[in-house]
Amino acid sequence: MEDTQAVAKKEQPTKKSVRITGSEAVVKCLLEEGVDIIYGYPGGAIMPVYDELYKYQTQLHHVLTRHEQGATHAAQGYARISGKVGVAMATSGPGATNLITGIADAQIDSTPLVCITGQVGSHLLGSDAFQETDIIGISTPVTKWNHQVTKASEIPEVIAKAFYIAKSGRPGPVLIDITKNAQFEEFDFSYEKCTSIRSYKPVPEVQTSKVQEAADIINAAKKPLIVWGQGVILGEAEAELKAVMEKAGIPSAWTILGASAIPTSHPLNVGMVGMHGNYAPNKLTNECDVLIAIGMRFDDRVTGNLETYAKQAKVIHFEIDPAEVDKNVKTDVAVLGDAKTSLSALLPLLNENSHDSWLNEFKKLYQVEFEQVIKNDLNPTKEGLTMGEVLKKINEESKGQAAIVSDVGQHQMIACRYAEFNQTKSNITSGGLGTMGFALPAAIGAKMAAPERDVVAIIGDGGYQMTIQELGTIFQTRVPVKIVVLNNDFLGMVRQWQQLFFDKRYASTELINPDFVQIAKGYHIEAKRVSKREELDEAIKEMMASESAYFLEVCVEKEDNVFPMIPTGASVSDIRLS
Amino acid sequence: MDTEKELYTVSIYTENNVGLLNRISAIFQRRKINIESIASSASEIHGVFRWTIVVVVTEEQIKKIIGQIEKQVEVIKAYYHRDEDIIYQESCLFKIKSDLLFDEPQIQNIIKEGNVNIVTVNKVFFVLEKSGRRHEINELYNELSPFGIMQFVRSGRIAVTKQEMKISEMLVAFNN
Repeated sequence: MEDTQAVAKKEQPTKKSVRITGSEAVVKCLLEEGVDIIYGYPGGAIMPVYDELYKYQTQLHHVLTRHEQGATHAAQGYARISGKVGVAMATSGPGATNLITGIADAQIDSTPLVCITGQVGSHLLGSDAFQETDIIGISTPVTKWNHQVTKASEIPEVIAKAFYIAKSGRPGPVLIDITKNAQFEEFDFSYEKCTSIRSYKPVPEVQTSKVQEAADIINAAKKPLIVWGQGVILGEAEAELKAVMEKAGIPSAWTILGASAIPTSHPLNVGMVGMHGNYAPNKLTNECDVLIAIGMRFDDRVTGNLETYAKQAKVIHFEIDPAEVDKNVKTDVAVLGDAKTSLSALLPLLNENSHDSWLNEFKKLYQVEFEQVIKNDLNPTKEGLTMGEVLKKINEESKGQAAIVSDVGQHQMIACRYAEFNQTKSNITSGGLGTMGFALPAAIGAKMAAPERDVVAIIGDGGYQMTIQELGTIFQTRVPVKIVVLNNDFLGMVRQWQQLFFDKRYASTELINPDFVQIAKGYHIEAKRVSKREELDEAIKEMMASESAYFLEVCVEKEDNVFPMIPTGASVSDIRLS
Repeated sequence: MDTEKELYTVSIYTENNVGLLNRISAIFQRRKINIESIASSASEIHGVFRWTIVVVVTEEQIKKIIGQIEKQVEVIKAYYHRDEDIIYQESCLFKIKSDLLFDEPQIQNIIKEGNVNIVTVNKVFFVLEKSGRRHEINELYNELSPFGIMQFVRSGRIAVTKQEMKISEMLVAFNN
């Protein structure tokens, strides 16, 4: 009797705090944050944490990628499809530096990531110890926040902050560097989630007066145009955007990262803006009277020459990040705040409206684009296969339900132009940084986060070979991703520029490629190659029906170009169709 | 109008954390902007650091830079000012051979008339200190240099604003 009482008394404080090592604390913190999968690669300085991951493997699944860059991209794919924070882990030195490309990609594309790196013992810091690198210094310009931990007792608070910062406001990557001694040390562990930081205000308050100003301008507009970006997806404001579009009858276009927030088939969805976007929304950007930008940042690939971008229009900018307002395009009204809150506030202030003749201008220009570009991309009459017809077949087979993960280059533009989206968070691509090699590992992460969805990676033959080793991860984890390599034996987008702007001097853009099917088969992945139109249908059916991972190489026309195109430095009005 | 470069003094209130200097200077470095001077110290609020950075840029640039600085998680608030909005000073030290203090009576006049402090004197050298505007320090330098200066150093600008900054209230508001 006395004994049990004593035990009960003893147990009470342990509920609040238990004495554990720093490395066990890392794992416990991740579990507290609801993490179920992490991507990483072990090494000397992170071994204590891996030892704990071994013990906790039934609760926290660690996926061994074949390169640390793959770990960050997989974590990005995981985050982009789920809206949750992706987690990547690596050792010190080269392990940590290999994360940088993925971190930079996540920073520019606002993807919530927590990266944990091991570091040499704190007594060795600055001594050029084995596998020591100043990863805090290196990662500073490409992280939303970073921090080095040298004592075990700091771990819970720092990891809690990391998750809060990564996910809140405009999301981004965070890096935590933990010295080896901090992993070994014991301390009294307890965990408390972070809900505020005094110097950090992630979401500005929506100002009612600004919303009213915006509504007044929109209500008076004759030719309004919405351009939405990823802010709508990150802010989970898809329904609010749809309601605003429909109530005010506004033609609406999207940036590459905004794709899939509104279904492709929506009558007010007028396509993609930007360098290889659709003809109508680019042209008509310079004819609208009110440009309503929602959760987008006027990237140079969207605006073309700023001197001739939407100068005739009043510009309204709905934006969570105050630093984006007036950064590239001067706004008439800026509504700060998250898209969900501000669009909800806007909706009741809008008049029900329609702009049929204005919408007709989009339809007319779509017809022009269809005749000169789309028709030949989707229903080609020439012999060689086009990338567009591959996308069309995938659309047919997936009924627009697949998540499309694209790499960077011509195939990416084709994928984003022609993929049909029926649900949000379905377009996963490297937009801002343009990271070749992104798609294969990102598809792994996406499929693991959303096993119920079809995940199709669309990759060029160049980018594929930048992270091709992740086929090993696919083989080992049996993650059933579909991989489509659109092979033109060229670095196609660079070649296109060489053709258009460098008199066809194809400097280092032709690729002598290996037998991709054999390579996939070497990893025991089902694989097929097609090069004839009559084989395509069947191959895509087979791929989509497959229960396991599947590799499909489609040999496409070698020197096809992606149009429309706004040449660098040109105006959106000067978009070319050929 | 926005394209003319001017001298701006930037005041930044931050948490006191390792690495923040790197994070802030990277914002200038990335845009290839030379930092004319930088000073960091405690501020009027316990535990809050204050940075004073001087740069020559256009107003459009400085506005965007302030946005990028304020975006940093550990930055509480950043401001930019023109010279007329602030009270500012720099400080300098001169190390000069002690013989000159006795051999060159002119030096004693310079010290008296220029509001210069003698920090220390020993057999070998003496050290002068002056705080003031840049041009005053330059004048003093020009006056002393004919006699031979063993060492000279000048600090970055420090400044307080004429207007109130209300950082404490801001911190309270953030916490709520």
